[in-house]
Amino acid sequence: MRLILALALTHIRGRGRQTLVAVIGVALGVGFSIAMAALMQGGEDDFVARLVDTMPHVDITDEYRNARRQPAQDAFAVVHIAGLRPKDDRRGILNPTEAVAMLRAWVPGRLALSLKTQGVVRYSGRDVGIGIIGIEPRGEMKVSSLAKDFRQGSFTSLIAGGNNIIVGDRLAQRLGAELGATVTVVSSTGQSRAFKIVGLFHTGTTARDEGEGYVLLKNAQILSERPNAINEIRLKLDDPAAAPQVARRAEAQLGYKAMAWQEANESLLQALVIRNVIMYTVVGAILLVAGFGIFNIISTITHEKARDIAILKSLGFTETDMRRLFLLEGMALGAGGSLIGWAFGFLLCLALSLVRFELSGASVAQEITRLPLAWSIWHYLIAAGFALVSAGVAGYLPARQAARLNPVDIIRGAT
Amino acid sequence: MNPLIETVGLTRVLPAAVPVTLVQDITLTIGASEFVAITGPSGSGKSSLLYLLGLLDKPSAGTLTIEGRDTAGLSERERAGIRLETLGFVFQFHFLLPEFTVRENVEIPMRRLGRLGATAMRERSTELLSTLGLADHLDKRPDQLSGGQRQRVAVARALANDPPLILADEPTGSLDSKNSEQVFVILDALVRERGKTVIAVTHDTEIAARASRRINLVDGRLADRWAAG
Repeated sequence: MRLILALALTHIRGRGRQTLVAVIGVALGVGFSIAMAALMQGGEDDFVARLVDTMPHVDITDEYRNARRQPAQDAFAVVHIAGLRPKDDRRGILNPTEAVAMLRAWVPGRLALSLKTQGVVRYSGRDVGIGIIGIEPRGEMKVSSLAKDFRQGSFTSLIAGGNNIIVGDRLAQRLGAELGATVTVVSSTGQSRAFKIVGLFHTGTTARDEGEGYVLLKNAQILSERPNAINEIRLKLDDPAAAPQVARRAEAQLGYKAMAWQEANESLLQALVIRNVIMYTVVGAILLVAGFGIFNIISTITHEKARDIAILKSLGFTETDMRRLFLLEGMALGAGGSLIGWAFGFLLCLALSLVRFELSGASVAQEITRLPLAWSIWHYLIAAGFALVSAGVAGYLPARQAARLNPVDIIRGAT
Repeated sequence: MNPLIETVGLTRVLPAAVPVTLVQDITLTIGASEFVAITGPSGSGKSSLLYLLGLLDKPSAGTLTIEGRDTAGLSERERAGIRLETLGFVFQFHFLLPEFTVRENVEIPMRRLGRLGATAMRERSTELLSTLGLADHLDKRPDQLSGGQRQRVAVARALANDPPLILADEPTGSLDSKNSEQVFVILDALVRERGKTVIAVTHDTEIAARASRRINLVDGRLADRWAAG
């Protein structure tokens, strides 16, 4: 086997320039694949991180996954009841204190209660409809990503008590209100209260910046006339990946719908899978092209070395030896290209990680961002693996041809 | 003891629209320590017969027995094994691997056989090349040698695994008379001193005359009963 390897390397070395071209072809393919995989993976990780960061990992709401069974359905043993008017459900999570205590006992993470209701903010004659979210500031700070999006004030401004509200900066802009202004909040039940703006946040998501107002839980309960009620429990887990299991258990325990972030963003995550498929297809195509380079050089060597093949066969080398020889040459080119490609890919990633660009929003100060890049040994292994496989295939076809060569034809041709 | 080579009705026909008969109905026996010259006009099938005997080609009919082994049912691997151990080839053109040194060329069959260690192979290649007068050229490449020297390297390579049978296809065909003589003397010495058998295709009448036995082919057939021995 070492003899075959020595022969293979001699052949490759004998074709310096072509070898270089083939190796560079593979190296470029491997390098670009690695850089591209790093970018795509980095983008995905960044995206998911943002998603996971801004959303609760598990969101328990006062809804049910399936319509509730009505008492009439239990009372009468019939196939179908038409025109049944469902019983009015009391909205909200029943017995919140107990529910929270049950969750606190086992959930690996932090949780926050809230009551969401609808209302209108009124200021200087302008009305804007918003979602009013009643929170407990201390719990909220541990769960919500909003804490770091404050422009002015913070959740702690709510702790002091009183009729205070925190709104998004765009909402304030639309109302023409500033920090310290007193706005009137009218709830869907008709309750009206005056609130002082004690904080402004900017998340970058218009829907939130324009349509959310945070008040104390107590105040939200008063506005919606539902004392002690809550309708949402949000969990932030230590391990976001465990969300589906936690959600399942919480749902089984409480009976309410508990949605993990993966479920809430199923379509987005599916889109990421499709993106990956596209990426690997493109990467595969790049390496396939590199494979043709290898095919070309091995074919050329096979033709040029037909005499060597005849000699080696007459000396007692088998067809298997010949096949191995040329397959090995292909693999050697693939391996050499992969090694150089690794270095190239690494440098490319390094260069990309140094690129900085500025994102500027309309009213936002400029944010400086770097390209999100993921470093993974797998990118290198997969790219090299693919390169080796295509090199193997590219080498195999000429190798088979070489093995079948009849030495007599060549010896006759030479004499 | 079995004869080295025994053929019965050996025939090779190239399949084509009009089949071409290369050799036909060759029956002969060749033993140890013979210097056999295969002669005949161009196109008489001399080389074709040699390729058949050297297992580079397969007969269309007839049997070929080498050292008592019928070669008909052998696999490609087994045939390669016989070429490696029992046969040594010398062609009209030296057919050395141009990228390797003289010594490496001689050692390639030994390395393929893998029976000797690195030092033993080195000793053997040095000895072989020295006896053929190439001691000063061990690390040169084939293109740095003269035609006669290259042909001697080819002989050394054929002897690498110490095979009992050397097959030579016009070994002096591309050499001048001085070098031809030298190569003939070497081949002759192999037969006389080392008990090898040499089968050489040649149209050099002088060499043919000095061989211990002569097989004359005409149109792919043995030309005289005398040759069949």
